[in-house]
Amino acid sequence: MHRAGRVASLWQRRSRLYPRSRDRDLLRPPVMTCRVLIGPGKRAAYVREAAGASQDLHAACQLTSMKLSLSKVVSGCRLGTLTNLGKNGVQTMELPGCLLYTKTGSPPHLTHDTLQAIKGVPAVVQLTLSTLVELHEVLEEYKEGIGKFIGMPESVLYCSLHDPGSPCPSGYNNNKTVSIWGYGGRMEMTGSKFMSMQRALQPDWIQCLSDGDTISGETSRKRAKKSVDRSLSFLDECLQLQEKSPELQGSVMVGVIEGGDMLEERLRSARETAKRPVGGFLLDGFQGQAMAKETKLKLMASVTAELPEDKPRLIHGIGKPDEVLECIERGVDVFESFYPYQVTERGCALSFSYDYNPDPEAAVIKQNGIQDAGKNGTEKDINETSKADPEITSFEIFLKEKRYRDDFGPLVHGCTCYCCQNHSRAYVHHLLVTNELLAGVLLMMHNFQHYFSFFHSIRDALRDDRLDQLKELIFRQAL
Amino acid sequence: MPVGTQGTMKGITARQLEALGCRICLGNTYHLGMRPGPELIKQANGLHGFMNWPQSLLTDSGGFQMVSLVELSEVTEEGVRFRSPYDGEEILLTPEKSIKIQNALGSDIMMQLDDVVSSTVRGPRVEEAMYRSIRWLDRCIAANSKPDQQNLFAIVQGGLDPALRTKCLEEMTQRDVPGFAIGGLSGGEAKDRFWRMVTLSTDRLPRGKPRYLMGVGYATDLVVCVALGCDMFDCVFPTRTARFGSALVPWGSLPVKNKQFAKDFRPIDENCDCPTCRRYSRAFLHALFRSETAAMHLLTVHNIAYQLNLMRSIRESIVEQRFPQFVRDFMRTMYGSRERYPPWAMEALASVNITLE
Repeated sequence: MHRAGRVASLWQRRSRLYPRSRDRDLLRPPVMTCRVLIGPGKRAAYVREAAGASQDLHAACQLTSMKLSLSKVVSGCRLGTLTNLGKNGVQTMELPGCLLYTKTGSPPHLTHDTLQAIKGVPAVVQLTLSTLVELHEVLEEYKEGIGKFIGMPESVLYCSLHDPGSPCPSGYNNNKTVSIWGYGGRMEMTGSKFMSMQRALQPDWIQCLSDGDTISGETSRKRAKKSVDRSLSFLDECLQLQEKSPELQGSVMVGVIEGGDMLEERLRSARETAKRPVGGFLLDGFQGQAMAKETKLKLMASVTAELPEDKPRLIHGIGKPDEVLECIERGVDVFESFYPYQVTERGCALSFSYDYNPDPEAAVIKQNGIQDAGKNGTEKDINETSKADPEITSFEIFLKEKRYRDDFGPLVHGCTCYCCQNHSRAYVHHLLVTNELLAGVLLMMHNFQHYFSFFHSIRDALRDDRLDQLKELIFRQAL
Repeated sequence: MPVGTQGTMKGITARQLEALGCRICLGNTYHLGMRPGPELIKQANGLHGFMNWPQSLLTDSGGFQMVSLVELSEVTEEGVRFRSPYDGEEILLTPEKSIKIQNALGSDIMMQLDDVVSSTVRGPRVEEAMYRSIRWLDRCIAANSKPDQQNLFAIVQGGLDPALRTKCLEEMTQRDVPGFAIGGLSGGEAKDRFWRMVTLSTDRLPRGKPRYLMGVGYATDLVVCVALGCDMFDCVFPTRTARFGSALVPWGSLPVKNKQFAKDFRPIDENCDCPTCRRYSRAFLHALFRSETAAMHLLTVHNIAYQLNLMRSIRESIVEQRFPQFVRDFMRTMYGSRERYPPWAMEALASVNITLE
């Protein structure tokens, strides 16, 4: 990909950068006046020679290749757009938003055709290193990057470390390595091995190698401090390696904020990470049940307060609608869509309402829908409740329940997804009872669309100043 | 006709199936009769409504399950007694009951309940089954409550015995049914006995009615049996082998699950226009197969496309009066050289004046 044309505009765009003191150093003219076609690797070297402050200019290149424009901040919630995303720099992502969850590069159960039938699919796809790590050699030979390999050459790709579905056993990280659990077992990643893998993947966003092993039970202050120190060290190492990698010149490094449940460590992590030329921030270590909710939320707010406004804040491990809203209120922008997949795997369909603007006639139907969900677990049929996943939330309905056997309505009234437009609860019930593969396909289509629509409604609510109504609606269903 | 046993084409949506050009697929009376049952499907506007399948449906009678689930069944003149594997309940499937279920399912083509014996069985049981199938055909015809909307096909039995099969054909062709199936074959019998029974049957079946050869699905078998005069086929093979990681190609099959494909960046078939081949490589499918159901769906799409493509090519070559050449090209692509051509196929083709080189 030629960068020559971009160099000239790079200079123009740089002067419009958010004026912060350390960035003023960047506002020096580059020595070259390139119209010459040079490859990305050579350009990096050229830039380094020309400017001297290689890291800062490199940061400038990254910063200008992705831009966050905030249109509004309401009660701590940020409404905005990320632009200039992807290899061609033309993709955009609305914030707050979510990523498209994939495993081994495929959205679960879905092919390209069934994915296309879903409305509102996010522009940014989440890949996980743990499901791709065994493909290192294959990708090195392939050379054209993971996007093309998985049949998504147009998508913006974010590579995170771990798969949200498989929490990592504790105690395997050290100062030099972080362990990733692939299908073949545990793999130790040094900074250089990690970057070697990223060179083969060539994602657009990279979650930097980081030590997030602070989520199982009590984390000592010492351990929390280590997670921060190590992650910063990995970040510096990986940024340096990125500079030397022609394949990754267009990629954005996401800095990872660690620190367990120690406020001081969290603040230190946020401040130090923010000093590095990263394109965004991941609030890590908030997965799981170990941390008390108040602590989590307080820490999140404290962390985001330390972060620059013009870079996106990502979080892993948060998926339920009420929790999503809580995080958005504390300055988080980007979420995963692993939750709809979990719902699918337990034979459920997301059914919660996010329509904060119901017309009175429809309100009655919606009310019934909410009652439906609320009745989960009160079914007298012992056989079914014993088979039902204990993780079922109040935001979903368990379609294997006998009452859906002859329910010929859609999964959710008014839903425009392929499943609800074409099939009934009775049919999905039948597919689940007979263990047919199509159950997973149809449920995934519905659940993804429902979830993406939820995020759409969040953005609408922020735009319309109706966040309180949406909150009230969601929390009412959270039971 | 792809087989969607329980009212679903195994992981691909009705829309995907239709987009591939499929115009008729199968449902199974035994399975659907068990779950969710005919009453519910009737409420759902028949199987078409339940699956939301806008094209045609053919339902099998439940007869084949007698062979495949034989430990659980007992056959009498009345019908087949099954013990349900799901709840241990005993069910008696009579010709009347089978037709009643199929009437509730509302399939466009329904099959008579026949007394099926495995083609490897010898002795008096074969003759008994043949005569019983004729009697059951009459009972099925009588029981059909929607003869104007649903087409009941007869199923010719008689095993591998020419005399028995001929007798069956004589009798059944006297009944006024819209179509005929050739049953009791494709169950592991030797191929050179198989094709002789097929051709014996097609010789005696009326030219103006469809001939449905049940259970035939390998590419070579399809081509040869078309040459012998068959019109319609069904088989679980293409969809089943897809779920086990094998892609069908004009020169055989590719077990993409195998290590040899880990770095093979070509599509399954460069000449295939299906959604899978247009976007995904063998290497990706190989990687995906380890853990993702999506891999099965991608291969299912391809294998169905392969089968439908094959049949379309056959039709085109017949219409354009070049079917024998098509067969020659097909065989060469599939087997490479004459030494590898299966002898039974050569004999069968020779019997209808198609010579291979």
